[in-house]
Amino acid sequence: MVHMAVTSESAEVSLDREQYITAYKWMLLARVLEDKLASLYRAAKIHGGVYRGKGQEALSVSIGLSLQKGDVFAPLIRDQAGRLAFGESVLEAVRTYLGSPLGPMRAREGNVHRGRPRDGYLPMISHLGAMVSVVNGVLFARKLQGVNGTVGAACLGEGATSTGACHEALNQASVEKLPLVLVIANNGYAYSTPSSRQFACRNLVDRAIGYGIEGHSVDGTDLAACLKTLGIAVKRARSGQGPQMVVARLLRLCGHGDHDDAGYIDPKLKASPMGRDCLELAEDFILQQQWVEACTVTRWRNEALDKVEEAVATTQRDPLPDPYAEEWRAIASKHLTELRGAAQWETE
Amino acid sequence: MSVTYLEAIREAQARALADDPRVFIYGQDVGAFGGAFKATKNLANEYPGRVIDAPISEDAMVGAAIGAALQGMRPIIEMQFADFSTPGFNQIVNHAATMYWRTGVPCPITIRLPSGGTSGSGPFHSQSMEALYAHYPGLVVVTPATVEDAYSMLIEAVALDDPVIFCEHKYLYYHLKADALPTEAMPVGKARIAREGRDLTIVAYSAMVHEALAVAEEFAGEGWEIEVVDLRSIKPLDTDTVMASVARTGRLLAVGESWPWGGVTAEVVARVATEGFNLLDAAPQRLNAKDTPVPYHPTLWAVHRPTSRSIAAAARSVLRS
Repeated sequence: MVHMAVTSESAEVSLDREQYITAYKWMLLARVLEDKLASLYRAAKIHGGVYRGKGQEALSVSIGLSLQKGDVFAPLIRDQAGRLAFGESVLEAVRTYLGSPLGPMRAREGNVHRGRPRDGYLPMISHLGAMVSVVNGVLFARKLQGVNGTVGAACLGEGATSTGACHEALNQASVEKLPLVLVIANNGYAYSTPSSRQFACRNLVDRAIGYGIEGHSVDGTDLAACLKTLGIAVKRARSGQGPQMVVARLLRLCGHGDHDDAGYIDPKLKASPMGRDCLELAEDFILQQQWVEACTVTRWRNEALDKVEEAVATTQRDPLPDPYAEEWRAIASKHLTELRGAAQWETE
Repeated sequence: MSVTYLEAIREAQARALADDPRVFIYGQDVGAFGGAFKATKNLANEYPGRVIDAPISEDAMVGAAIGAALQGMRPIIEMQFADFSTPGFNQIVNHAATMYWRTGVPCPITIRLPSGGTSGSGPFHSQSMEALYAHYPGLVVVTPATVEDAYSMLIEAVALDDPVIFCEHKYLYYHLKADALPTEAMPVGKARIAREGRDLTIVAYSAMVHEALAVAEEFAGEGWEIEVVDLRSIKPLDTDTVMASVARTGRLLAVGESWPWGGVTAEVVARVATEGFNLLDAAPQRLNAKDTPVPYHPTLWAVHRPTSRSIAAAARSVLRS
């Protein structure tokens, strides 16, 4: 059934209390971590940019939590919550942002460009749309290897849907019937460009029909709806229903990066239901349900703060990257770089 | 029995598929059809499920190869023509080429580029792209000029832990024959003295090696002994062999089929000039295609790229200076 457009906005959501609270705690940790990164950025402690996912944590965490060990995850720049839920440590994130040689990218890459490919956690390149076919490739290889039952999730913003890479990869996933879940966070703006200048179709999820894949829409401010929709999409991909497209409607509650004051965002959008903060909504919901006392939420926040401060303190004691100890070698075939004539790889 | 350059490429892929279950081939029309040039003829039959037709999506083809390589496979990507690798350029130079350096995880992919001009092929089916790819860190770029190298270097390319740009020359596909497939091979990264001489070194690669050899033969009748160096690999570039040759001859002419701005011939001349200036008895020269798109008509094409005639003129000028 193509384009089933599972719309969780109005769906009866059967709530899993434990899952909701787990998700909330990852969202909270992501928010606290990114607030800290922003303050380090303002204090000029971070080289390059800081890219936050404020307002997108509900969607992001739902992706991370829907995946299992052995699945593949290609997050984008606003997926701190999903990264944590998928298994990234706070320390890995901080070490990459602060350029520690002990981080997973060894100071060769910074900020959101981090991952562990051997663990199915793919480090993004900056060229939007490029990660989707790479997720396809992992899934395709597993098919050739006879490995079944794993899913790959790739995350994009609505801006990246305008790239040829996105189109090629979706079509490829569809042709090969791969268990790909493409999550599109339609946050209204690609940097400063409003979605009206990005695409002219009624709803991005309609594009699923054209690719012959299943499409789902969800209110990205609603954690319960996101958990449910991503859960369904991942399950359908896992059970052999082919690629799934999830389009979430939400608003980025920060600049593109912390250098950007986002003055271009329409105040009417900010005041609309889309402009609500998913983290606050989730907290209100938890308290409203009387699942925990307010003081418990405060305790969770303090625990998150401690965890982040500890990671920052650890990283600040790390050595600096040493350009003279660095191995300036871009290829794995070391013997080729040891040829005398391979001057392009000589270190002096 | 004889084997063509094209058959050697087919045989190398057959052997890679036979020897290593991690190898698969992905590209347009490579399956039952056997490829636009038949470089994968019958391989889909012989290795079911491992020689796979791709949609016309070069970006996604290379992207998928990257993912497969990360998952432990050794994909061979066939670009239908080297010219069509540009839609996949981003994935090649920004993704495959950066993967090892960024993450420490190797990205073994072989990307076959049917390269170079053939009569009547025009601007978009004739390009030589080795210089473009060699410019980017993280890629190995090879340009086999012989049947033996087409075979052995393709097998080595698949075995290497890096993305390899395999530039196979379309003109050589049918024109070049050997008695048999090689049993021994020079490694990637070593240049070869294709003909010994003492008066002038011509450095060439791919199809230009054969044009240079024709010139050397012609000049032998006049008493000149021209040494021809076949680079084999563009990156890494075997400067040692080039320099040793120039030390013997004192004169250098670098010949390439691609465009004149920058590129392999410029790199060769720059290295010899900076590292071996005192070896030179005359100013080094380089000869490339003209700085226009590749023309369609045979009479234009024959003048656009270096040929034995224009190489002979350039060689004469270096020998006289």
